[in-house]
Parts: sequence; structure tokens; C-alpha cells
Amino acid sequence: MQVFTTHTGRAAPLGRSDVDTDQIIPAEFCKRLTKTGYADTLFANWREDPEFVLNDPARAGASVLVAGHNFGTGSSREHAVWALRDWGFRAVIATSFGDIFLRNAFKNGLLAVALSPDVVERLAGCAERDPAFEIEIDLDRRDVRADGGTWTFEVDRRARWLLLNGLDDIGVTLGSAQAIGEYEGRRHSWLPALRRGELATGRPAEHGVAR
Amino acid sequence: MVGPVTLVEKIWDQHVVHRAPGEPDLLYIDLHLIHEASSPQAFDGLRLAERAVRRPDLTLAVEDHNVPTDSLFIRDTMGRAQVQQLRDNCSRYGIEHLPHGDARQGIVHVVAPELGLVQPGMTVVCGDSHTSTHGAFGALAFGVGTSDVEHVLATQTLALVRPRTMAVNFVGLPPVDVTPKDLILALIASLGANGAHGYVLEYRGPVVDAMSVEGRMTMCNMSIEAGARAGLVAPDERTFEYLRGRRVAPQDAAWDEALAFWRTLRTDEGAVFDHEVTLDVSDLTPFVTWGTNPGQAVPLGDSVPDPATLSEPTQRAAAERALEYMGLAPATPMRQLEIDTVFLGSCTNGRIEDLRAAAEVIKGRQVLPRVRMLVVPGSMDVRREAEEEGLHIIFQQAGAEWRLSGCSMCMGMNSDRLQGSERVASTSNRNYEGRQGTRARTHLVSPAVAAATAVTGRLAAPSDL
Ligand code: SF4
Repeated sequence: MQVFTTHTGRAAPLGRSDVDTDQIIPAEFCKRLTKTGYADTLFANWREDPEFVLNDPARAGASVLVAGHNFGTGSSREHAVWALRDWGFRAVIATSFGDIFLRNAFKNGLLAVALSPDVVERLAGCAERDPAFEIEIDLDRRDVRADGGTWTFEVDRRARWLLLNGLDDIGVTLGSAQAIGEYEGRRHSWLPALRRGELATGRPAEHGVAR
Repeated sequence: MVGPVTLVEKIWDQHVVHRAPGEPDLLYIDLHLIHEASSPQAFDGLRLAERAVRRPDLTLAVEDHNVPTDSLFIRDTMGRAQVQQLRDNCSRYGIEHLPHGDARQGIVHVVAPELGLVQPGMTVVCGDSHTSTHGAFGALAFGVGTSDVEHVLATQTLALVRPRTMAVNFVGLPPVDVTPKDLILALIASLGANGAHGYVLEYRGPVVDAMSVEGRMTMCNMSIEAGARAGLVAPDERTFEYLRGRRVAPQDAAWDEALAFWRTLRTDEGAVFDHEVTLDVSDLTPFVTWGTNPGQAVPLGDSVPDPATLSEPTQRAAAERALEYMGLAPATPMRQLEIDTVFLGSCTNGRIEDLRAAAEVIKGRQVLPRVRMLVVPGSMDVRREAEEEGLHIIFQQAGAEWRLSGCSMCMGMNSDRLQGSERVASTSNRNYEGRQGTRARTHLVSPAVAAATAVTGRLAAPSDL
């Protein structure tokens, strides 16, 4: 997992709420097999509009996205996080996030920071007025500093610990392999389990192609 | 366990592998569903770290997102490569897999229940947000991203903080033309597209008790559209009847044992939910969306709302933007909206009951010549069942296209995409900008409204015909 301790970067104001992951990255770009190389797909439909904030040359290099409420709602596609990260964002600030997006973000070292609506509005306003406006985010202290203010944010303890230390999430869980094995010994015997080849008929659908 | 607890807490506690104060719980996953679009990078990660799939026997792979529904050949090279990757990964790791063209293939959330794989009290995950569908069986089921897919493949667990619980009570007597889709659209409209954020919803009350398992799947499917982590319904006799005799459901003595356990899966008398809402459905009418998130919905008899009447500035701005994208003027009656395409299908409304409801409306009628109607069964089993009942003839005689199974037009990842700013009445679950095609304009509807709309060419209820 990528380490995140502290980051200071210029803020880009998105100026929208309820941004779903279909907007962050349209489905047609989710056919790729890689985990990187998604910078060109970020907000692909909105970027066709020359007025869109990320098309502004003054915003080049911005690394903190300031959104409204409910950012990253909808689809579970982790490609949305990969696209934000590949564009150069290290953090997103919003009043709330889609649940799955939030998990995906942390797993990729993109910090999703939820702050109160008035703070988010204030930060967005500063970023609107000044493309050089910077925001500092400290995961260790769990606070955001900008415009002379300091605000603390909540973060899942495990996610914070993994990020601060750049630990491998799966590796850590595999440390509990014994407990997992013991749990498996207690599971109901009738719970479904599959053998390969058990369900697939191995024959094409009887009805062939659509009429 | 101390004192009365809710169903969600019961299932949760039964799956804790490891618990430490202040830490997320390590939760065991009973069933892991995978599909071609969200799994390739997870398998790559496993390979890079030289890790094994811990429980291939608790994993099922299905091809659904990329596949065309008019042919067995995927013309798009990237889509084809993604499907091939899934096949290679499944054969490498010994995972059961239902390929495009197999007689049991279909949308992952339609296939798993019809095989009997989803049972009460289980934990189910999939790299897909509509995994919440499986809550209809009294299972705790939710979507995850690709990193979590890899985590489950390697460990069969996830580290999670227990969500809050919300009871959603449906009371009253629903009018005959009101379907589960209308109930859930009305609920999301009242809660807002993020109103259930952080919660697992338990749907309860007499309306849910009287609802078919298919209808419960439709409701649970869209829980995520209210921002909920998951939604579920306590299992009851309908659930057990649905499961009895399914391909991988327990049999004989195991069935009796399972049944005795399933009957314990209820929220205890006196258990307290973190939040509770009640919706009286007696006066409900069919619901349709006007905007670009599923919470932007109104009764079919209403008009497009006027953003100027919204006092909250961000809501007003969102409504204005939605109307602009949707090409709608405030105060236009919803019934006047002309529709170019009708899509009947998806994991929300692609089951046999949905096809029957639509067929009943369209039987002996014609799809308006300028309208295109696609009927896409949620699985090849649904398709076979429908053909046995002759539903395909009804649709074809009406002028609709009868397709193979897949996600199809629900999401623009395969060849079933809308062109330009076409307006579609869709039985799927998301009306986001660009969801069904780059500029496509989506109105979410029930199967009955979809069928009536195909006939009139404007948003319509069966009673309008
Ligand atoms: S039918 Fe639509 S919502 Fe359901 S799994 Fe497929 S793409 Fe997702």
C-alpha cells in the first residue's frame, strides 16, 4: 500500500455534489486490464467542455480535489480512484463519500477527507478565487490546514495505520490465517460450496443467437 | 450476544473471525461472486504477490457486463480481452465459471439466487455495487472494489466496521398498479440519493411480508441508490419456498437443519434500530425519475419539478443541471415526455416476474413504430422459462427485440448503448449522466410502465392504455 503521511498541494474546486463514479470514469474505460494509466479518462465527458475546471491551465498540477457532498456515489468501480490518482490527486475533500469509493480510495493511498459543509464551502471558495490556494493534510494528526484554519477529520483506525506505514493490507490479514482456519472449522456443513464444472453446462444456450 | 439484536447484527456477529477493541472486525465471506469487469486487476495482484485463492469453492464467476446480447461473439476487442482474462483466471485458480453462451449464464445478481447459492444468514460480496440484491434472502450482501475483491480471493475475509441499522417499514395496502420498483423509487425520493448513507436497511412490514422474493430483490437491489451499504429482508416461508429444490440448496436432512437455523434469522422483539422510517404506500402511484440520480423521482402523474421552488442552493443547482442534461423544462407533465427507446432488463427488473408483468401489458398491442424496445432476460434460465411460457412471442409480435442475457443497456460497457441524446424508459437502476450512452437521457420505470410506454411512445401507466 502506498504510504500517506502528509500532503500539501493546490486545490481544485469541482463545484458539484452527488458526483457518481460513472462521471468520474465512464464505463467504456473500465474495459482495460491494467491498474494504472487512467489519467486520460478522468471526468472524460465533462472534460469535453472547455470551461470544465480541470481544463483550466492554471489548475495543472492541482492535487487536492474539493467536491460537494456525496462524492463517489454509485458504482463500485475502483477505476474511479485509479483515474483520480493517475491525474495527480492525492486527496479529495467533501462533506461525505460513497461507502465503496471511500474504501477504494484508502486502498490506493488516495485520502478521502470528510469535513463539515461550511468548511468545505469555505475551502472551495478559496480555491475558486485563487488557483494557487494550497491545502495541507496531515494523516498522522488527522487534520486539514488551510486559509488560517485547522480542522480535524475522522478516519478508520486500521486504514490510517496501514497508510501511515505503507503496509500490505492482505499481508496483514493473512497474519490472522489461523483464526480464519478455525472459523472455517465452525461453519455450517450445509453452506454451499462449488466444484469447478459443477454448474456450467458446457453447452451453449439452446436458443442460440437473439432473434 | 446480550439483549435483543437486529437481524443485521445477528448475521454480523456470526461471521466475526477476529475482533479487537477499536479495530474493524474481520468478517468471513460465505460467497464471493466475480465478473469480468472488476476482477482482472485483483487476479494480477494475487499473481504478483504469489498468493493463492483461499476458497475457490466459495467463488462463482459470471460473464455479464461486456457481453453482447444479440450475438455470441464479442466484437469489441477490449471487452473480448477482459472476458478471456476471466476465463484464464478461473481455469488457473479452479473457480467455477459461467461463460457467455452457457445455458446458465446471466447477470451475476440474477444467476446466483436462481441457482440457490444465496441463502439466509450468509455474507455475500461481489465487485459490484448491486450485490445488495441478495439481501432479499436475509443475507448480508454488499458491493466492494477491486482491492477488496483481491482481499477476499486471498483471505475469504474483509476488515469492516459494523454499519448502522435502519428499519424501513412499508405499511398500508399498495394499489394494484404499484410494484416493488415504485416502492423503492418512492423511498429513495423521500430519503434522498444519500439519505441512507452508512446504514444497512431492513425492509419490514406487511407490504414486504406479502411481496414475492423477486420483488424483494428489486427493492434490495436499489438500496445502494439511497446510499445504503446494503438492504435486506428477514427470511420467511416465501424465501424457503423459493430456495427449496434449487440446484445448490441443501437437501434432505441438511435442508431440515438449515431451515431450523434460517427460522432464527429475525430481528428480535424489542431490538432497537439506529434509525427508523415508515412509508405508507396506500396512496402511492407508479413512480418515474426526471433527473440524473435515482432520488430525483416523482409520481408519473406529476410534472417535472421547478428548481426555483427548491430553497436549498446546492439542491437547486443540482436540479437545474439535471434538467439541462435531461433536456426538460420545469412543469412539463411527465406523461408528455416522448421516449425513443424502452429497455426491459437488468439485475433490478430482468427476472421472470418482471417479464411476465411487461408481457401482460403489451400482449395484443404494438410497440409504437418509432420506438425501439429491447427485452433482455436477466439470465439464460429466465430466458428459457419465458420462452416456455410463450412470452417471447408476445414481445416479438409487439415488435420488441428478444435478446440473450447480460447487463445490456443498463450500463454503456457493451454494444447495447444509446446514441446521442436519446430518451429511454429503463427498468434498470441508474439514471446518471452518460450511464446508458454518452448523452443518453434515462427515466427509471417499472416493467409495467416500460411496457405501456413502449405502446404510447410517452411515459405511461398500463391504466392509460
Ligand atoms: S445489470 Fe446493470 S446494475 Fe446490474 S450488474 Fe449489470 S451493469 Fe450492474
